[in-house]
This record gives sequence, structure tokens and C-alpha cells, in this order.
Amino acid sequence: MRKLVLALLVVIALAIYPLVVTNHFFLHLSIMALMYALLGMSWNLLGGYTGQISFGHAAFFGTGAYTSTILLLRYGISPWLGMLVGAVFAVLLSLPLGWLTFRLRGPYFALSTLAFAEVVRVIVYNWDSLTGGGDGLNILADLGGIVRFYYIILTLTVAGVLVMRGCVRSRWGYFLNAIREDEDAAEALGVPATRMKLIVLAISAFFVALAGSFFASYQLYINPDLVYESQISIQMIVVTIVGGIGTLEGPVVGALVIVPLSEYFRGLSPVANPLIYGLFIVIFMMFLPEGIVSRIRSLLGRRAPAVAEEHKQVGAGV
Amino acid sequence: MSLLQVTGLTRRFGGLVAVNRLDFAVESGEILGLIGPNGAGKTTVFSLLTGFLRPDHGSIVFDGASLVSLSPHKICLRGMVRTFQNLKPFPKLTIRENVMVGALARTADRELSARHVAEALELMGLTNMADRMPNELPIGHLKMLEMAKALATKPRLLLLDEPYAGLTPAEGSHFGDLLLKIRNSGVTICLIEHVMRYVMALCHRIVVLHHGEKIAEGQAAAVANDPAVIKAYLGKAYAGS
Repeated sequence: MRKLVLALLVVIALAIYPLVVTNHFFLHLSIMALMYALLGMSWNLLGGYTGQISFGHAAFFGTGAYTSTILLLRYGISPWLGMLVGAVFAVLLSLPLGWLTFRLRGPYFALSTLAFAEVVRVIVYNWDSLTGGGDGLNILADLGGIVRFYYIILTLTVAGVLVMRGCVRSRWGYFLNAIREDEDAAEALGVPATRMKLIVLAISAFFVALAGSFFASYQLYINPDLVYESQISIQMIVVTIVGGIGTLEGPVVGALVIVPLSEYFRGLSPVANPLIYGLFIVIFMMFLPEGIVSRIRSLLGRRAPAVAEEHKQVGAGV
Repeated sequence: MSLLQVTGLTRRFGGLVAVNRLDFAVESGEILGLIGPNGAGKTTVFSLLTGFLRPDHGSIVFDGASLVSLSPHKICLRGMVRTFQNLKPFPKLTIRENVMVGALARTADRELSARHVAEALELMGLTNMADRMPNELPIGHLKMLEMAKALATKPRLLLLDEPYAGLTPAEGSHFGDLLLKIRNSGVTICLIEHVMRYVMALCHRIVVLHHGEKIAEGQAAAVANDPAVIKAYLGKAYAGS
């Protein structure tokens, strides 16, 4: 109950925020932070909860971005619809990848995501007639002001939180944990491990693609290096790990810390930025390897709820 | 009709025939012992039965339906569940949550699954440590946890891979009583075991494997005196005496 009140207060504060803060740069920072919160939590459902580490989620981000942009530029289809189509495309792209690699135990999924993202990027790069190749695509339309985009990404992120929460607080939460900890043991107990991994991958790809479409409409320009860049995949992972992998709040907290920092360092010195940023990540991993959220929890003497609290209460009551 | 009927089961790994034309049946309500020297193929048989390995030949019929080519989780939901020789607790879940996994795989009904969990914990004597983490428990209790996880899936046939290994003698004799209790609650049991004393005391029938083949089958006492079994376990020199 207290958590619900707290969550509502945070959402209300975030909703009022652009009415108070009108500085363009701060609004931009907040938009990017919210977007990376959404990306991080999508990655986290698959990587953190289910233990399937992906290094190629940029493929879904880029696919979302390109699908809605191409639909808008070529067919005049509204980015709202384009966003959904892009997300469905990303899901369709994710399923063969998972189908091929999830039956195998071991690091095959992680390795193939890396190759997969690169293959998709190269295809987009070379399919000039459709994607504009390396020149990218310009959206020459006014899709709204920055405050409008702030509310769009806030809505998407809140929707993401609710969906992720629904997944991990249902009986799926137990299944995903069990798959991550010991897939054979989970299978032996009746958990459909391959199917669960495919479902979670699809949900993850769906939300990452939504964020990609959003990004394209917000930036009004995309090219393969911008939206298929491996840096995007890595940033999702960094945000999640810094905040707390396998927790609901982790990616949100991580994004709020990491995105402003990386923007700040970039402003400080474009050349030294990767260096300083990298150094910061190393220091962080040395002193807070379990992530901010998990550290706060352990300081408060609480175990991260691996799964549903309501389940526990039902179980304890019998 | 037998609860489980295995016919002509064969599995090769490269040139090695791990299980060779194995026939055996598990009757409803019995405790069947599957014994044999190290490397006889016992665990391979369990992996074949539960879908972790595909047989090269042979049929596996459980409760009148073939299980060959079904995936492990489907076999579990049909009512046959295995435990593993090496313990496989989910380290980041509490004891209760560990047991919950299988119960929820069986039914999405939360009250029903919670009841299955409570029963399994109670039977295995884990109720008062249900909210602890696996790494806080001694090995004897972790063995009980493996059993509780399997029981919470509500099986009709329980396949136990060396359940006695790692138990103290006192725990071992208590465990025998537990197995009888589980059997009496309507769960058929097939177990792999090395310690002959336990097998003799507990099992109605015994199947002996050696080099992947069945070399003896029958009542415990008869099997123990079978020359082929003595030879397999102790060597040729003892077989005649």
C-alpha cells in the first residue's frame, strides 16, 4: 500500500514536472532518461529476470524507428499507428532468433544477439531504396513540441512499468526466476522454459521498438548509426546494472543516474567523454556491483522480492 | 496395465551404448529400485524417461500414452517428475518459493497451488524453515527440498535419483519412512540407489542395470543372490561362491 502511494506520487510529480521546469535542455534530459528507463526495463525482463543476456537489443530499437518513419514518409501513416506496426515487426524479428537459439543451453543466445543486431544494421545500411542507406531519413513534419513528447514517453514508460510488473508478479515471475537459476530444474518441474523465454523476448522487443519509434519521431532524423548502434544495446545494460538488475525499480533509477551523467560528460568534453564515462562505470561496478536499488534494499535489511508478494501471503496463510 | 511401460529403450552416445534394449515396467503403487554399478546407465534412463534425452529406439508408455519426443515440462504435467542427483535448488528463491515453482506450473489457481506447497513442505518437514534461503540449509534439508519441489507438481510417478546420497544414517532411515508415506499417499516411486541396505528394505522389486542392459529383475532378496548381479558389482571371483 505504501509502495502504491509512493509510486502514484512519483508519477504525479513526473506529470507536473514539465509545467514547472521549462528549460529545454532539462526537458530533453528527462525525455532521454525516461526513454532509457523504458529500454532498460524491457531489457531487464529478459536479461535480469530470465537470465537471457542480449547484446543486440538495438536491432529492435532501430526496427521500431525505421518502421514508423518509413510508414510515415512513404505512406503518410500516422506515427502512432507506425509505432504499433514497428513493435509488431520487432516481435516478428525476435521470434526466429529466439526459436533458433533458446533450445540450446549456454551462451548461444547472447552470442547470436550480437551477430543478429549487426546483420540487421548492415541490411538497413545497404537497402538504400527503402531506408535511405547511410544518409538516413529526415522527417520533414512538425510532430509536436517537446512537452508533448515528454508526456508521450512518460505514458509509454508507465505502461512499460505496469506490463513488466504484471509479468513478474504473476506466476510467470516464479517461472522466469526458475529458468534463470536452473533451466533444467525448471523444465523438470513443468515450467515451459523455451516458450516462456520466447514470450519474454517478444514483450521485450515490443517495448524496445516502441521506444525506437518514439525516438525517431522525437529526433526527426534517423540513420543506421544512430538507431542500430551497439552503444544503445550497451546503454540499456548499463542502466539496468547500475540501477539494480532483476528489480522493477532498478532500470528507472539507473536511467535517472546514468543518462544525465553521460550527457553531462559529453558536454564537458566530447573527446574525453567515453573515457570519463567508462571510468565512472568501472568505479561504479567496483563499489556498487549489485546496483543502487539492491544496495538500498540490503541497507534497509530487506531482501529483493524475487517474486510476487501477494503470492507469498496466500502461501503463508494456508 | 502398468503405470509405466518401457520397451526396447536404446540410447547411444557416439560409439558407447549407454542404454541397450531395456525393458521394464513400473506398477501402480509400488516402489521400484533401479540399481547397478557406476556408469550402468541409470541416470541416462531417467533422462530418457523425462524427455531430457531422446531415445534412439524404444517406447515409453506412461498411463497408456507415449512420452517419446515430448519435452520435459510436458512429461512433468502428465504426472511423472524426476529429481536430480546433484541438488538443484533455485538459490535466489526462498524454500517456499522454490516449491511454488512446480505447484504453479501444475495449476494457475493460487489457493490450490498454495495448498499443494503447504502439503509438500509439511510432508518433507520444511514448514518451519519455509521462508529461509537455500544457502542457509544443511544438505539433508536441501535433499528434502528437492523432494518437496517434485511433490508440489502433484505427480503420480516420482523418479528419485540417488535420494539417499549425502544423508546421514539417521536421516536415511527417517527418509525411508517418508518414502513409504509418500507411496501410501498414492504416489508410485522409482528410485536409483547405490546403498543396497536401503534398497533391500524399501523396494518391492528391483531392476539391475549393467553396461546399459538389464541383467536381473525381481524381488529384492532373489536379485541380491543372483550370480550375474554379484559378478557385476564385485567381479567374477565372487560370483561362484
